[in-house]
Order: sequence, then C-alpha cells, then structure tokens
Amino acid sequence: MSLHEIIFIILSVVSIVTALGVIISKNPVNSVLSLIVLFFSITCHYVMLNAQFLAIVNFIVYMGAIMVLFLFVIMLLNLNSELEPQKRNWLKYAGAVSGGALLLVITGILRSASMASLDMNTASDIGLIKNLGNVLFKQYVVPFEISSILFLSAMIGAVVLGKKD
Amino acid sequence: MTFLGIDLLFALEKILLISAVLAVSLVVAMYCTWGERKVAGWIQDRIGPDRAGPLGLLQPLADGGKLFFKEEIIPTNANRGLFILGPSLAMLTACMTGAVLPWGDTLTFGNTQVSLQVADINVGILYIFGVVGLGVYGIMIGGWASNNKFSLLAAVRGASQIISYELAMGLSLIALLMLTGTLSLKEIVEQQRAGYWNVVYQPLGFFLFLICAFAECNRAPFDLPEAENELNGGYHLEYSSMKLGFFLFAEYINMFISSALMATLYFGGYSFPYMDQIGLDGNWLTILGMGALFFKTICFIFFFMWVRWTLPRFRYDQLMKLGWKVLIPLALVNMLITGALILWQQS
Repeated sequence: MSLHEIIFIILSVVSIVTALGVIISKNPVNSVLSLIVLFFSITCHYVMLNAQFLAIVNFIVYMGAIMVLFLFVIMLLNLNSELEPQKRNWLKYAGAVSGGALLLVITGILRSASMASLDMNTASDIGLIKNLGNVLFKQYVVPFEISSILFLSAMIGAVVLGKKD
Repeated sequence: MTFLGIDLLFALEKILLISAVLAVSLVVAMYCTWGERKVAGWIQDRIGPDRAGPLGLLQPLADGGKLFFKEEIIPTNANRGLFILGPSLAMLTACMTGAVLPWGDTLTFGNTQVSLQVADINVGILYIFGVVGLGVYGIMIGGWASNNKFSLLAAVRGASQIISYELAMGLSLIALLMLTGTLSLKEIVEQQRAGYWNVVYQPLGFFLFLICAFAECNRAPFDLPEAENELNGGYHLEYSSMKLGFFLFAEYINMFISSALMATLYFGGYSFPYMDQIGLDGNWLTILGMGALFFKTICFIFFFMWVRWTLPRFRYDQLMKLGWKVLIPLALVNMLITGALILWQQS
C-alpha cells in the first residue's frame, strides 16, 4: 500500500464518520463541530488531488466563515432537549422515506454516469492557482462574471431584507 | 533511505525545521509576556518585573510554573469535552501559521541545501488567511462551553469582530497581491530583495493590514472579547490553571506570527538593504537575514505593546463602525487605485 492510499483511507473514514455524526448526534453544537471536521477532511481530499486553490478556498469559506456563522446562531439559540417540541411519528417516517428516495435517485445517477478516472500518481496541475485563473478568466470569463453578479445581487438582497424591520 | 515512498532524510529535515519553528515561536511568545510588562513599566514610569533572575528574565518561567501548579477547575455545568477543546484549538491554530513563513534563505551543508521555510506552498497567503479564520473557534467553543453568560457574550463579540476585520484584511491583501502577482511568501520576499520594500508601494494597504492585525489578535485597543471591566474577564472567565495560560499564550504567539507576517509582506522579510552588495556569501548572509527578520518582528511586537499601553479601548459599536464603514471602503479604494496604476503602467 502506498502512502497515498493509506492517507486516503484514513481521510475517507474520518469523512464518513463525521458525516454520520452530523445527522446522528443529538446536541446541535456537536453536529456543527462534526460538520467542521467533515469540511476539513474534504479540504484534505482536495489537497490529495493537487487542487490547492480549491482546497484553500474550501478551507477559508466553509470552515472559516460559514461554519462560524452556523456555530454563532446555534450557540445563541440555546437549544435544550426539554424545550424542544416533540416531533410526530409520521413526520419521521415521511422524512425517512423521502430521504431514502433521494438516495436511490443519486445512486442511480452515479451508476450510469461515466466517471473519468483520475490518476493519483501523475498529478495534474489544473488545480494550481495560475492554471485555474487562466481557465476562469479566459475560457469561462462570461459565466464567471455572470455568477459574480448573481452573488452581488444576493448580497444586496440579503442586506435589504435585513434592514427592513 | 525511503519508507513508504518518502525520503527519510527529507522527513528528518522537515521535522527538525518544524520543531525549531515551534520552539522559537513558543520562546518568543514567552518572552513577549516579560517584554510586555517591561514596556508597560517603562511607559508608566515603573520598573516592571525585576525579582526573578537578572532584569526579571526568569519571570516567564515563574509564571508558567505557577499556572501549571494551580488547581484546575472545570465548572459543573460546563460541557467538559468542549471546555478542554477550546484552549487546545486556540494553541493549535496559533502554532499552525508559522509553517509557511520564510524564516530565512537557504542554508548549505555540504551538498544539501536546506530552505528555512517549512512549506513553500503556492497558496501561502491564503493558507495564513484560512488559519487565522480558524482562530475564532478556540474563543467561541471555549466561551460557549463555559456555560456562563459573560463568556458567551465575549465569544460572540470575538467571532463577529474577527469575521468583520477579516474582510478588510483580505481586501488590503488583494491590492498587495495585484502588485506582486504571486501568493508564495518566498517569492514575495525575493521580489523585495531585488527592488524596494512593498510598504513603499502600498502604504495605505499596510496601514489597513496593521489595524486589522490588531483586531485579529484581540489586542488593545480592540480587545473587546476580554474587556475585563464589562465582561469580568471575557471568554476565559471560567478558566483556571494552564488552560487559562494557553488562551493568553496563544494570543502572544498570534502577535509574534502576525508581526513576522507584516515584516515579510511589507518590510522585506529576511532581506535587508544592500544585502547583495556587502560581499558576504552563503550561510552567513542567511544568518544575517534571519537576524534582520527577527529585528523587524521585534520592532512590530514593540509597536503592538506601545499601542496597548497608550490607546484606550474602543466601544463595541465604534469597533464595528470602524471595520465596516471606514476600513472596508478604504481598502476598496486602495484596491482600485492599485489596479488603475498597474493598468496605466502596462499601457
């Protein structure tokens, strides 16, 4: 077994365990903390694929910003198990059935999709920041600008909604 | 010799380098606590610590020993695991940043060249930015797990302060990156070695970065998360013994690392004027360069302390107003001017 494989297996185990932890743990703060560790292991997966820019952006945006806000909100909500309203049983069954249906659909798609195999040993350089920038600002400059305008309008919308008392 | 495809000599070199960087950060942070009190004493016309050893130089050891032997108290209603995780995370994130800073040029031993930088990754600045963002978790988790309203308030303050100032910090960095065209810290230093220091081209950017560094380190005048007269001590209110020590210590490590970062980004890092003209070569030049970097870092640390003992603390709304309504627009203007100048120069 090469070092790559060993690290990959460890990371995958961490990812799956923490992903389960997000949905299984009863305390919402623990859920959020598991989600943070999950994002960290995904960042490590990106590094293994030599996608350094994607890795660091995932690190900054998801771990550093979004999860801080999640934690922020959940800490302030002060959730207690005694105060939480009991969910009805049929709601749980409906959730399980619809979740299972979604899982089936996703597995079906993934089975039929042709996955281009990625060779781990011949590291591709497309994930390095220079190459990625060249692709984004030359080949895909129009979609890139459109999505940035979309983000800007979403930001302005959020501020406008937040200001309205 | 290889094991699992890794060259063992390479691994040994990196492990030694990591240990050295870690040891230096810890020792410098230790003596920052001594320096802080000496500077405070000097500014307030007192003597400062002078009992433990000559000039009070053993004071940090005495403090550390005291903190280790104090009784450790974990509050009954605190979340035990997270209560311990808080200071651990604060220390971890503080120590992680030093990995990408170039502490010097290369040293040559016989045929092997040892670069005095643990990892020259090509997203170096973004890495530092990411790890700084993680620093907030230590404060938030520690403050929440204490199950105390003052700690929670301080944790929330810390989180919103760090997120707000991260924006202005990132924007001021973008202007610098437009100028250098690289994210690798080593290359940024090499560029400054050949030309002028970046602070000449980016005075406003440096000023904004400096202010944001104060806020990110929770240093006065932005030490709102530990405002003792409003919050009884802040996020580490319930902590005792070395866990409290780790929180305070992490702050000093952060101060050291951000001083070194500012020296690297804006003041030439390990390069100094006339470096390539004085006729020294190889290892001596590298060692002199390291000395130069440490001198610059210590100047910044002194500046941090000087400001702390000079300026009063901001009010919370003033802090937010400064961050969002002054620093971010200024950083945007700085970015626009830099971009326009670069375009004008190219055409």
